Amino acid sequence: MAQGLTLRDPTAPLPFARWLALTVAGFLAFFAVWWAAAASGLAPPQFLPSPGAVAAQFVELTHTPFVGYTLQQHLASSFGRFALGFGLAAAIGIPLGLMMGWFRALDAIVTPLFDALRFVAPIAWVPFAALWFGTGIGGPVMVIFSGAFPPCVINAYRGARFVEPRFIEAAETLGASNWRMITEVLLPSAVPSIVAGLRVSAGLGWQSLVGAELIVASSGIGYLLVRGQANISTSIVMSGMIAIGLVGFAIDIALRLVERRINRQRGR
Amino acid sequence: MVATENPAARGAKGSPVSAIVFDHVSREFERDGTSFPALSDVSFTVQDREFVAIVGPSGCGKTTCLRMAAGLEFPTAGTVTVGSRPVTAPGPDRAVVFQQFALFPWKTVHENIDFGLRSKSLPEKARRERIAAAVAMMGLQGYESAFPHQLSGGMQQRVAIARSYVLEPDVLLMDEPFGALDAQTRVVMQEELIKLARVNPRTVLFITHAVEEAVYLADRVVVMTRRPGRIREIVDVLPVRRAERWDRFDRSEEVMDQESFVHLRTRIWRLLRGEQQPEGTVSSSTGGSAS
Repeated sequence: MAQGLTLRDPTAPLPFARWLALTVAGFLAFFAVWWAAAASGLAPPQFLPSPGAVAAQFVELTHTPFVGYTLQQHLASSFGRFALGFGLAAAIGIPLGLMMGWFRALDAIVTPLFDALRFVAPIAWVPFAALWFGTGIGGPVMVIFSGAFPPCVINAYRGARFVEPRFIEAAETLGASNWRMITEVLLPSAVPSIVAGLRVSAGLGWQSLVGAELIVASSGIGYLLVRGQANISTSIVMSGMIAIGLVGFAIDIALRLVERRINRQRGR
Repeated sequence: MVATENPAARGAKGSPVSAIVFDHVSREFERDGTSFPALSDVSFTVQDREFVAIVGPSGCGKTTCLRMAAGLEFPTAGTVTVGSRPVTAPGPDRAVVFQQFALFPWKTVHENIDFGLRSKSLPEKARRERIAAAVAMMGLQGYESAFPHQLSGGMQQRVAIARSYVLEPDVLLMDEPFGALDAQTRVVMQEELIKLARVNPRTVLFITHAVEEAVYLADRVVVMTRRPGRIREIVDVLPVRRAERWDRFDRSEEVMDQESFVHLRTRIWRLLRGEQQPEGTVSSSTGGSAS
């Protein structure tokens, strides 16, 4: 009776070909709706440029400088600031998180304060970043830092707190100092959590970029966006948005590869 | 009847260098606001260089005893002293071998064995020599750069024992060290441990739920009962082992075939059963698998 009726498990993993076809279909649908909306004439082209116009603008930006630089140069200068802010966040956040996970007093001092401050969006720091660190490299880096810092701290902290107690007990009975406990037990056990945190951190840091570059005078992808807006060139703004999306996606893929390699190296 | 062994061990005489003394030790746990006793008034002494095993059903507090000697837990009443000093914290003078090995998975065999040594201020050369000796003793040559997950359970436990022995600790605390091993490996490890204990005697507190293992390895067996954990009796094995010359056998099954062995084993089973309700399932073999 129920013959021929196949029950599909909606949570079962898809074969690769099927997954790829569906992914491509998603993108095609997105561009189709965009194109139809633009072609319908309901919105003037300044408000909603067609996909074709944006693509042309994107290509043009890669060889014709806009506000002083090509798209690649803007991206490179943004990426430099991002790398600095993200690197600082990791360099300070990971050790801090691990120490918070080991020293209860530090945990008590920092965690509640940190939990309150981390809900302040990075962009809210922009005025202070400009006042304290200037509009050169310091201000934007601080804004990126404020976005990238919390996930570094939180994941290192959680990784340290959820170390299997038997490893801590073994290290204690073997006479490990606090320093060795943190560097040789907490850090290696927390690596998967830390790497997952770095991915979130990179994403948030890169997102904060536009906010950061609102206060930069001369270059960067956020600056390109702001100037495109000032020129009422929506196709430039959209090109910038696409570039931000693509680079963010590339950063995430790179970190995902690192994560996979580390997890594989650690065996089980 | 609670046999309190030799309280004089705490005195100046008789060199209590590394005796473990439980003096009227009780331990309570809190659960949902009510406290319930895990250990009640436990007193016994592990003499210097004596091998004492604690047997008892799950939940009788035997592991709690070991953890208190290690400094990983503390009594609610009474005192635990090791080498005439009250235990206040874990330390490398009391090496622990855990049931689940607790090797650091991100460190090689060599690095695992080296971990405790590095806490001591030893010259590089002395450390190397000691590691080499421990590696040889446990038959781990050629595995120095392997990671724990690449080794079998038996090999992992060898590493864990080497990691403890390399510190030349006064006291060795072993918490069901063979509980996670298969039956054959377990027998081999028992045979090696008893040889090791003869060549290189330490004060050993050994926790197990396997009666035969306890009788085979220990000089004395502390039999515990549960709810709350109490000492039911302390059974002397050493005089029987000496009188019957168990040491002439290489293999554990030969020892376990001896009438004297069977007699002791049966006596301990009776002690355990006397307390346990019939629900307590009893396996007749080497203690069965790890629960």
